[in-house]
Amino acid sequence: MKLLFKGTRLLPVYGVCVAAAVSVAAAGIKPRNEHKVLPEKAFTVRSLSAADSAASQAAFMDVYKVLMSPRCMNCHPSGEAPLQGDDSHPHVMDVARGKDGKGMYALKCANCHQPENVPGANMPPGNPNWHLPPADMKMVFEGKTPRQLALQLKDPKQNGHKTMQQLIEHVSHDSLVLWGWNPGEGRTLPPLSHAVFAARFKEWVATGAVAPK
Amino acid sequence: MINLQVNNKPYTVDAPPQMPLLWVLRDMLGLTGTKFGCGMAQCGACTIHLNGEAVRACVTPLSRAVGQPITTIEGLSSDNNHPLQRAWLQEDVLQCGYCQSGQLMSAAVLLRENPNPTDDDIDHAMSGNICRCGTYPRIRKAIHLAAQLQREGGKS
Repeated sequence: MKLLFKGTRLLPVYGVCVAAAVSVAAAGIKPRNEHKVLPEKAFTVRSLSAADSAASQAAFMDVYKVLMSPRCMNCHPSGEAPLQGDDSHPHVMDVARGKDGKGMYALKCANCHQPENVPGANMPPGNPNWHLPPADMKMVFEGKTPRQLALQLKDPKQNGHKTMQQLIEHVSHDSLVLWGWNPGEGRTLPPLSHAVFAARFKEWVATGAVAPK
Repeated sequence: MINLQVNNKPYTVDAPPQMPLLWVLRDMLGLTGTKFGCGMAQCGACTIHLNGEAVRACVTPLSRAVGQPITTIEGLSSDNNHPLQRAWLQEDVLQCGYCQSGQLMSAAVLLRENPNPTDDDIDHAMSGNICRCGTYPRIRKAIHLAAQLQREGGKS
């Protein structure tokens, strides 16, 4: 069943429908959105069709638009500094990731970032677990193509040792992910609603988690 | 009423839980060594230790400090004998002095976590503390001296 998530391996079996139970059961999310969302039952039945492959890639392209928006990408930088603002400039004050992703010395994230957004324009945004990915698992989004990012997300050695089910849980419920849609005054929102984003992520997984070409 | 522990002393204050901790420290407890600079965690003048970390008191709600030990510049040492304070005097770091409480509190976290910091370590620790007088070279020199004093057995 693990092969089902290696999207490109699905292509040789065009037209062959294989009902397969996989452990990517829906996370109990009931998205409200304009997209057609697969019923939860569909997550336990897989078909390996060209249509699925196309649908999977299309779903990921929506996911990609969100992941590359400043609210998500700014904390998945290619360098050692978090990014700030809608122009994704390096964080002022020479802030650095540190080993655990929570900053260094007198510049640890939580020294300024509170458990909640501080009210007002340009005030520090907040979350109880404000952090970057750790130094040994940087999970970089910045600069990645859709294919590169999809392959990275599917690889437990690069995605924080998560299964696809755990990734669905993460994008659906993690409070730091949800912060992206409640970023405080003066920060733009990701291009899709969180409900649509989570639904499209689940669709991507349910249709084989195919990495776009 | 909210109970606080500041510089090893208990205090009780009557203030809204969202009030910035800096206001409580300065205006209610009279601990005016900690300064107001920007009010938005950009300059570091209000740096104190909350549970040992160099937090910016201007954006820290009072509610976050409940049950956590707070140390201000007044409590960095009991007799101004902290290696950083001795080094600051020896290197004559201050010009106007307004930012220096915050500088010292940030540097204290650096020395606790890294007793022998390089210039790069100092940059990573201290770049959130702005000095309009431009005393940065003397701050760097004093931190190196304080590290030496600490290694030689001075108080930390």
